[in-house]
Amino acid sequence: MDFLTLVQVLDSSLRLATPLLLACLAGLFSERAGIFDIGLEGKILAAAFVSAAIAYITGSVWVGLLAGIGASVMLSAIHGLASITLRGDQIISGVAINFLAAGLTVVIAQAWFGQGGRTPPLQSGGRFEPINFPGAVPSKEMADAGPLMQLYSELLSGHSLLVYFALLTVPISWFVLYKTRFGLRLRAVGENPAAVDTAGISVIGMRYAAVIICGILCGIAGAYLATALQANFTKDMSAGRGFIALAALIFAKWRPWYALGACLLFGFFFAVDNRFQNILLPAWAISSVLLLLALGLLAYVWRKSLLDKVVLGGLGLGIVFVSALIVNSAWSAGLGTQIKIPVVFIQSLPYILTVVVLAGFVGKAIPPRSGGVPYMKEK
Amino acid sequence: MTNPAIELKGISKAFGPVQANKDISIRVMPGTIHGIIGENGAGKSTLMSILYGFYKADAGEVFISGKKTSIPDSQAAISAGIGMVFQHFKLVENFTVLENIVLGAESGAFLAPALRKARAELAELAAEYELNVDPDAVIEEIGVGMQQRVEILKALYRKANILILDEPTGVLTPAEADQLFRILGRLREEGKTIILITHKLREIMEITDTVSVMRRGEMTATVKTSETSPEHLAELMVGRKVLLRVDKTAAQPKHQVLEVSGLNVVDEAGVLRLKDISLNVRAGEILGIAGVAGNGQSELLQVLGGYQPATGSIRVNGSEIDLTGSSSDGQSRRARGIAHVPEDRQREGLIMDFMAWENAIFGYHRDPAHQLNRFLMDNAAVREETAAKMARFDVRPPNPNLTAKNFSGGNQQKIVLAREIERNPDLLLVGQPTRGVDIGAIEFIHKQIVELRDRGKAILLVSVELDEILSLSDRVAVMFDGQIMGERDPSKTNEKELGLLMAGVISEARI
Repeated sequence: MDFLTLVQVLDSSLRLATPLLLACLAGLFSERAGIFDIGLEGKILAAAFVSAAIAYITGSVWVGLLAGIGASVMLSAIHGLASITLRGDQIISGVAINFLAAGLTVVIAQAWFGQGGRTPPLQSGGRFEPINFPGAVPSKEMADAGPLMQLYSELLSGHSLLVYFALLTVPISWFVLYKTRFGLRLRAVGENPAAVDTAGISVIGMRYAAVIICGILCGIAGAYLATALQANFTKDMSAGRGFIALAALIFAKWRPWYALGACLLFGFFFAVDNRFQNILLPAWAISSVLLLLALGLLAYVWRKSLLDKVVLGGLGLGIVFVSALIVNSAWSAGLGTQIKIPVVFIQSLPYILTVVVLAGFVGKAIPPRSGGVPYMKEK
Repeated sequence: MTNPAIELKGISKAFGPVQANKDISIRVMPGTIHGIIGENGAGKSTLMSILYGFYKADAGEVFISGKKTSIPDSQAAISAGIGMVFQHFKLVENFTVLENIVLGAESGAFLAPALRKARAELAELAAEYELNVDPDAVIEEIGVGMQQRVEILKALYRKANILILDEPTGVLTPAEADQLFRILGRLREEGKTIILITHKLREIMEITDTVSVMRRGEMTATVKTSETSPEHLAELMVGRKVLLRVDKTAAQPKHQVLEVSGLNVVDEAGVLRLKDISLNVRAGEILGIAGVAGNGQSELLQVLGGYQPATGSIRVNGSEIDLTGSSSDGQSRRARGIAHVPEDRQREGLIMDFMAWENAIFGYHRDPAHQLNRFLMDNAAVREETAAKMARFDVRPPNPNLTAKNFSGGNQQKIVLAREIERNPDLLLVGQPTRGVDIGAIEFIHKQIVELRDRGKAILLVSVELDEILSLSDRVAVMFDGQIMGERDPSKTNEKELGLLMAGVISEARI
């Protein structure tokens, strides 16, 4: 793999991390205020559809963006009504929003445009165009440019405005959360709403504010998918990004800068998946990696309880078995045989990482203490 | 004549059919400490919640410094100069002291100047009222006494002139409580008005200038503290004569039931929590363990109760008990005749969302008497038995189908006590039997413990209430820093000597 390929993968990571990052920060604001939001996915999807549809009708990407944000904020308001005002279950309300968005977007798209649940492709003006920095080399001449120039032209330059905006939201979120009055109250309301209430601040007001911010950021994430990353809306185009953003949020321990790191990592996996459909590795390398993984697992469970031994130990033995199969099948042709890594495996990497993160292998993540609990004044 | 700092006229508040406050009027003069005393559920907290804008009164008026004031929410209460220190602190646990103080009283949109201002002002307040706290300490890492100071500082930072404290000593050790009272005295000197809500008579007598008594939502009397007595107040509170002293005869100890020797406990962080503890309890006597909370008493109870591994030796009725192995759990301890009333009834003693009858058999649920057949439990019989038990222990309301959280603290404790005592154990472990329990129930619980002793049972009592230790115990052992500092005869010692032992000072205590 040459340097340019690496830069291109990183460039693609950044593009793919952008919607994750926006959604992750959206979740961060909401959860820091004590409102769990499993409906990020639905909000992204709804915003993607509405922004694409409106941008197509009006021919203006900005109107589309605003409409997308509007749709997402509306869903947020529903979530707020259910979980803050009516003190309902936040998970159920979030799940409902996901279903609502998954169904309605396709139905309305079909009724409106009659193109099988998608929106017509957006023309220039209806979508966010890449911004080329001064002096950046066009992609045709990229191969001849020096490494620094490649980094500058490929990685830094040539993204849509929303990518730069998403990167900017990280320091902004950090500043708002930790350096402003609003942030102090927001964090407090997620930890101990009673403290906020007795200090004479409206718990309901703070939580609605957080939920609305969440809606705005999800709206931008959705609009980015349909008007920048792609040029139309397609069915289920959010593809689980809302859920991966939640995993990234846990990975990031509910902190903005960590969220950037987590989302870039997930984006990188997606980029690798997009770029390398066929990865060929020698059989010995694959089986050794698998063996090492299995040994690690077995060592990990050595001092654990019986249940851990059975479950994780079994998994380890399974991996040993797969490794043995690979060696066996490659034996006659020599261990140096190139074996193709299945595409599905690469594709599942972000999800496997999500599972590993959620299983708590990567340090302990302590959620905001009053997260998911509706606030009621006690006697 | 000066206006009262705060005056309530005809306050009434009903929750559905329950009249929590009925036509309540009080006047509190500036620069005084006014006590409000009453049993749990008498309506004290409701009254104060109305004053702090949490509830809206159905009828009545509030006057602050002679001016009629309406308090629709906490913000209005704060701007009227009212500060409240709740029984359960309203602090953000992972924020620093400074952040907690500033929360809601920030001067601008950005934090840095607000924190700077608060830091300077905090230093002034600390000097003025002897309220020292480290502004950068994180709340969850400081003790409850410190946390309470933060609550007081929060109120003072908001320029409170009237400070309401709801059961402030419920979570404090005696030393911390004394410190709190010194601070309150200091605040009074500076002209602040303090309303102290409590059900502890000693506190009322010690610090207040005037006292109002509440019973069943009504204000039954307001008297000058200097003109009343604890007995009189108790009678006003409960509505009948109450025995404040525990009535008991001299103990008649028989054979050894519990023999502990060389007990050591190392916690998860590697800290030695119990250091070479040796003690014994005989049948028919109460051994009281005194000490400031956190000096190893909890660990001692946990080891004896079977949920904390230890090294050393414990013998019950002459035979050794397994301290670490597979038969070291609550179940097998109970099988050996050890019953346990844990220190924290809400976390260790009861499952708050379960009904009384379910709670009444926990730990004994495998008893064949409770089984209908191999697969089913005989719930109907358990319910019936629980109802009878509740009647015997005067649990109110005597309804076995009510969830534990719906009972008052005293009645919850009676449910736990009934469960453990009625099994006729050889050894009863009791931790903080009357913490957060009102005075009528305290009398009853103490009587039950003494009766059990008179039936020839051994009792190990752990309490941070020195009064309780002195009045119940036949022997007193004092713990400090995981060690037993010494043993005293309660009739031949006093609070001062025990206090010195509790502080770890032996040499002076010996004199």
